[in-house]
Amino acid sequence: MQVSVNVNGMAYQRDVEEHWTLLRFLRDSIGLTGTKEGCNAGECGACTVDLDGQTVNSCMVLAVEVDGRQIRTIEGEADHGELSVIQAAFARQHAVQCGFCTGGMIMSVRDLLRRTPRPTVEEIKEGIEGNFCRCTGYEQIIEAVLDASDQLDTVGKGELKYV
Amino acid sequence: MSDHLSTAQQPIVGAEHARVEGIAKITGDAIYTGDMLVPGMLHAKVKKSPHARARIVSIDTTKAAALPGVHAVLTGHDLDYRVGLYIVDKDILAKDSVRHFGEAVAAVAAESVDTAARAVELIEVEYEVLTPVLDPREAIKDDAPLVHPDMGDYQFVEAAFTPQPGTNVANLTRMRKGDLEAGFEEAEWIIEREYTNPSVQHVPMETHVAIVEWKVGDQVTIWTSAQSPFTVRNLFCAAMRLPHNQVRVVVPHVGGGFGGKAGIHLEPLLACLSKVAGGRPVRMQATREEEFSLLPCRSALTYRIKTGVRSDGRITAQHMTMLWDAGAYADYAVNVTRASSYSAGGPYDIPNAWVDAYTLYTNKPFGTAYRGFGHVEFFWGLERHMELIAEAIDMDPLEFRRLNLLRPGSTTLSGELITEHTGNPRKCLDAAAAAINYGRLTPDEEEHQARTGRRIGKGMATLHKAPAMPSFTASASVIKMNSDGSVVINMALMEIGQGCNTAIAQIAAERLRFPIEKVKVAVEKDTDKEPYDWQTVASKGLILSGNATILACDNLLENAYGVASQVLRTIPADLDHDGEKIFVKHRPEAFVTFAQLSIGYVFPNGNGIGGPLIGVGRYIASGLTNLDKETGQGLPALDWTYGAHGVIVDVDPETGEFEVLEIASAYDVGKVINPAIVRGQSLGGMIQGLGTALCEGYIYDEQGRLLNPSFTDNKIPTAKDIPNKITSMVIETPQLDGPYGGRGVGEHPMISVAPAIGNAIQNATGAELLHMPIRAEDVWRAMKDLEPIDNWITKTPIGSCRSEKLGAHLPLQDESLIPAPAEGELVSH
Repeated sequence: MQVSVNVNGMAYQRDVEEHWTLLRFLRDSIGLTGTKEGCNAGECGACTVDLDGQTVNSCMVLAVEVDGRQIRTIEGEADHGELSVIQAAFARQHAVQCGFCTGGMIMSVRDLLRRTPRPTVEEIKEGIEGNFCRCTGYEQIIEAVLDASDQLDTVGKGELKYV
Repeated sequence: MSDHLSTAQQPIVGAEHARVEGIAKITGDAIYTGDMLVPGMLHAKVKKSPHARARIVSIDTTKAAALPGVHAVLTGHDLDYRVGLYIVDKDILAKDSVRHFGEAVAAVAAESVDTAARAVELIEVEYEVLTPVLDPREAIKDDAPLVHPDMGDYQFVEAAFTPQPGTNVANLTRMRKGDLEAGFEEAEWIIEREYTNPSVQHVPMETHVAIVEWKVGDQVTIWTSAQSPFTVRNLFCAAMRLPHNQVRVVVPHVGGGFGGKAGIHLEPLLACLSKVAGGRPVRMQATREEEFSLLPCRSALTYRIKTGVRSDGRITAQHMTMLWDAGAYADYAVNVTRASSYSAGGPYDIPNAWVDAYTLYTNKPFGTAYRGFGHVEFFWGLERHMELIAEAIDMDPLEFRRLNLLRPGSTTLSGELITEHTGNPRKCLDAAAAAINYGRLTPDEEEHQARTGRRIGKGMATLHKAPAMPSFTASASVIKMNSDGSVVINMALMEIGQGCNTAIAQIAAERLRFPIEKVKVAVEKDTDKEPYDWQTVASKGLILSGNATILACDNLLENAYGVASQVLRTIPADLDHDGEKIFVKHRPEAFVTFAQLSIGYVFPNGNGIGGPLIGVGRYIASGLTNLDKETGQGLPALDWTYGAHGVIVDVDPETGEFEVLEIASAYDVGKVINPAIVRGQSLGGMIQGLGTALCEGYIYDEQGRLLNPSFTDNKIPTAKDIPNKITSMVIETPQLDGPYGGRGVGEHPMISVAPAIGNAIQNATGAELLHMPIRAEDVWRAMKDLEPIDNWITKTPIGSCRSEKLGAHLPLQDESLIPAPAEGELVSH
């Protein structure tokens, strides 16, 4: 079946098999491997992408469903080699360890900040609840979101304390 | 090693430098093994056993082999290779019998994943289903069915392990310190309890994945998501009987490991499929379900502790019995057993101690290394036990811990003398206690109790761990100067998220006195290019690779100074340098730049001298010894990292529901190399420890089938599950032989989170919890003094905690190892 999609501003036309997920399509057909497979069951969020302005687990969407639609992946986040505000905050706040969840995590944060430009810590936790991270314990990710939403000075952040 | 930091500039060691490979990860540019395409690549799938224990009567692969697009089909009998590091007990595919649910019995390589999956469905396996051995307490009995009847034929590391052929005991480690009987004689109280925890999955976000090609002439290339490229190569070559220079292991970015990617996993199977498929590269990525049962987990533990204490609170004797449930294969569990044995008493001064630690085969998915290497498991029991002792003798638990802590002059279970340089467990404990206002409720907390009707409890737990590694573990680092004066470091320590590349770059920049921007640590590791490292495990990387890197920097500078002294017509001792150039100390205007020296200095007339600048650093753990097999005495520890957690919970006294409100942790890390990375390890480990404490664990049915191999039924913590307040603290007692005084802290934050929570719950409610994870119903039952529920194997006693009865019935092979109960023995109420 033929599918026409726009991914990160680029038009693609591809033949896909009916059972292929959007995740598989992005990785194996278009070659955008920044979107990761963590469970293939819609539970871990590593494959989160933006579909027509809404985040989805791309392992839960069939490729044939996205015909004619707009997709944004982590590869579309930096603009002409410049990190986005969210990405720069992730780098500054050490919100990355192994990096496998990071692409999907940033897509969820992007969606959160679009809906809620200055989220509370509780709202941040809710916004990234669907994205598992096994490395960081989430705290430095939450601080990165506070940083990206310009709230770090008011809310504050944790520091390593020397005793 | 190298404890002074440069004064000429702002120190780089100790500064919060950004993660060196961070940009690649936040842009999606970082390439992991599963992202790679190799020309001609085929895809593999495996046929897995639905039974925990069965005889394979027949396997018919005819239909699968005939499917168009299938290039290779293998069963166990096609493969005459066994694999293992410590005990070589695992066939690549099950042969004749299956030993655990999910074990691979056949494999296919085909042109697409879909074809491989269809082919696997076409493989017909006939099984004779047998009753599995699931409970380690059954497995240890004389009449238990044998999981490995051929154990006597297995190779193993004889200096460290004692398998017992004809039984299910893959290893027995003994520790003998002091006079146990005399110690119990001296005791006024004897407290004995048994603590349990189930198997747990590591859950790296990236499941295991590898691509392997076996070309004509036995030239093998392995791309794999592994923690330890050289161990993959060593074990692969040993199993396949190939020379090391014909096998190349390449590891790009790794999406988390936590121990689960130590050793060797999918690589041998994929290599064999490639060989059959005429050298086509073969790829396989484990599904999440396969990650739970085809690949290994963390072993379950039953830990029985009997302690003698005087009324003044001093521990006089402790007898510890560990039953490690290895599952179907014990390659790593034997070493988890050994490492846990010499550490089993925690950071406490126990004058008379015995440990009998058994590694037992059962018919369950098998255990391997997992962050903490046994310590998360046994510290659950140990630190709950300390709490119960304190309660029994009516002493404050914090005071009781302080009284018995290791201090300079104490000796460990294996006889190592503790000095003031070893680290400071007391400071860790006191810092964590102070951070949670231990021992009292603040006005806010009083108000919280009054408002919610929930009870607040505070609990403490200590921890320690030394790297579990061979006594002669070695690492190397090579630093090469580019022609612009920048440098690249090659080492085989693998960046798996822990931040080692950043820490090593900081150490090198500090040592060279270069700006860190001039230092690159190669991301992709390649056994054809990197110098040797044993493994990326055990929190040993900072000390071993850090020291190797310091030595490599010194060697590079020595080589550069040698050439510079010729150029500047002076002796090296009269030279100094900065980040750009080497100059004469008393005539700074006489200089030569590193760029000029980097690939050989050229005089104005065209003469060249020197050649490309390279520095080599080799470091090996020194002074460590094997442990005596009868007594466990010896020196196994490169270093000890101490720590402590303080936890605040609130508990609903009616239902047992509870919430962890606050965690404060402190570790003696020797020297912080990068505070943000230390904090990242602290936070991440703590939350992984929270998962293990509250919700994670394998659940089986009575046939040994794993019931929860998914995120639906095996929850891990999400952002909503983290406590509202988390405090990370460090103490810096320099490690004399650590790089700038540093020691590892990758595993430690996960250890003892669970018992600190259990102790806080006990403080709030009196509930005496003996099993982790701690679920609300466990708390409710413990509050009511009811027999704990047990659904880890449904309707079997695993997970139960019947301590009084078990003293007489603990089915150890050698009953004489257990001292007879002391006269008038007391068991805490």
